[in-house]
Amino acid sequence: MADRGTDRVKRGMAEMQKGGVIMDVVNAEQAKIAEEAGAVAVMALERVPADIRAAGGVARMADPTIVEEVMNAVSIPVMAKARIGHIVEARLLESLGADYIDESEVLTPADEVYHLDKSEYTVPFVCGARDLGEALRRVGEGASMLRTKGEPGTGNIVEAVRHMRMVQSELKKIAGMSKDELMTEAKNLGAPYELLLGIKETGKLPVVNFAAGGIATPADAALMMQLGADGVFVGSGIFKSEHPDKYAKAVVEATTHYQDYELIARLSRGLGTAMQGLEMSTLAPSERMQDRSM
Amino acid sequence: MVTIGVLALQGAVQEHVKSLQAPDVETVIVKRTDQLDALDGLVFPGGESTTMRRLVNKYGFYEPLREFAAAGKPILGTCAGLILMAERIAQEPQGHLQLMDIDVQRNAFGRQRESFETTLVVKDVAKDMEAVFIRAPLISSTGDDVEVLSSFNGEIVAARENHLLACSFHPELTDDTRFHQYFVQMVRESKETAPEHTAVT
Repeated sequence: MADRGTDRVKRGMAEMQKGGVIMDVVNAEQAKIAEEAGAVAVMALERVPADIRAAGGVARMADPTIVEEVMNAVSIPVMAKARIGHIVEARLLESLGADYIDESEVLTPADEVYHLDKSEYTVPFVCGARDLGEALRRVGEGASMLRTKGEPGTGNIVEAVRHMRMVQSELKKIAGMSKDELMTEAKNLGAPYELLLGIKETGKLPVVNFAAGGIATPADAALMMQLGADGVFVGSGIFKSEHPDKYAKAVVEATTHYQDYELIARLSRGLGTAMQGLEMSTLAPSERMQDRSM
Repeated sequence: MVTIGVLALQGAVQEHVKSLQAPDVETVIVKRTDQLDALDGLVFPGGESTTMRRLVNKYGFYEPLREFAAAGKPILGTCAGLILMAERIAQEPQGHLQLMDIDVQRNAFGRQRESFETTLVVKDVAKDMEAVFIRAPLISSTGDDVEVLSSFNGEIVAARENHLLACSFHPELTDDTRFHQYFVQMVRESKETAPEHTAVT
């Protein structure tokens, strides 16, 4: 007898990615560069977030041809993004054999009220969160992995830092609460009470939590690890830099050895120009992807 | 007292540390080659084998790990760890560390949607071992000195060759620590019966 799509199988897949870097790629060639550099997985997309931001309009799931092209090019797991609440995009990606689906605010939400019931799928899901309430709502819906939302496609780490610090400080707060405070806290956070009970016991989230949204340099990746991330997603940072292959390798190493500053200094030398960054105050409210569907 | 390291280049490290717990076991998270000397046994965790292999090369672990195995010190590999240990890998020109006389096939059960959990009989360990398989490899054939410990649907998923122990599944993801404790016992016996190990540095 074999049970597929159980919590252990879905969450365990994310456990195996810990300490690693997941890279956005738009074709087979980039996927191979990512795999060669030591990425633990790739995210197959039609456009990286910086280009989605620049193009404007409605951003949708990638063309299945791209997802299949990337799946055929590498042996590491392949993830793909579906629009928030888009049941058919998610089922379609599952049927293609994507190894993980990112129900992602980088794409234009299909449903502004409801997220997917991710517990119903065999394929595991990762979702973004800016705080603990959001994180636990997503886990309650069946997400097997979390990531910070950050502000994708900006090359600016400030929002990812804010979100990681927020989740970490709220975790500590819950761990220090007495049991009789938890129900009111669950109400305030808008989070399932049972998940708060679990956090009080273990002091940590029930699933892996990666950093994402604005990571542009090896030092950024190491910073997020130091703040408690289990690993990092790098979106536009790598293939929008001057030398993607060198850049990709440097980010992988900085993530593994995030406390070895001499090494990170060496890695950061002569990498060429990083992606052009965006300052948050220049973004109009409508351009802030992180505020989509909370 | 035995000291067991968990190779921490990438993957699920803490879960192994937890499963190895015993009153006489000290665990070490291994990120540098100079940490290997103090160890009596070592675990290669699950993760992405291609990523781990690149980091093994990058940080000069390749020869030190082969020497560690050649010195007769026990090694446990789970999933990606098993792939690192195998002599031969299907569809690849050669194995990685080539420690164990087995052929492995990567992602043998399919993609993530085909990943599963089941209950296994594991010789000398348990008759009802909960086993989580994630994009798991399998052992397609074994050398003469390799003992098959467990099979699933006729495919080999756990094996031992003297001081080397490997499995396709993830015993570290369940609360069942019997597979790890079997390994801990291998480390204890190795340390007792081979005092010359202390001379190998």
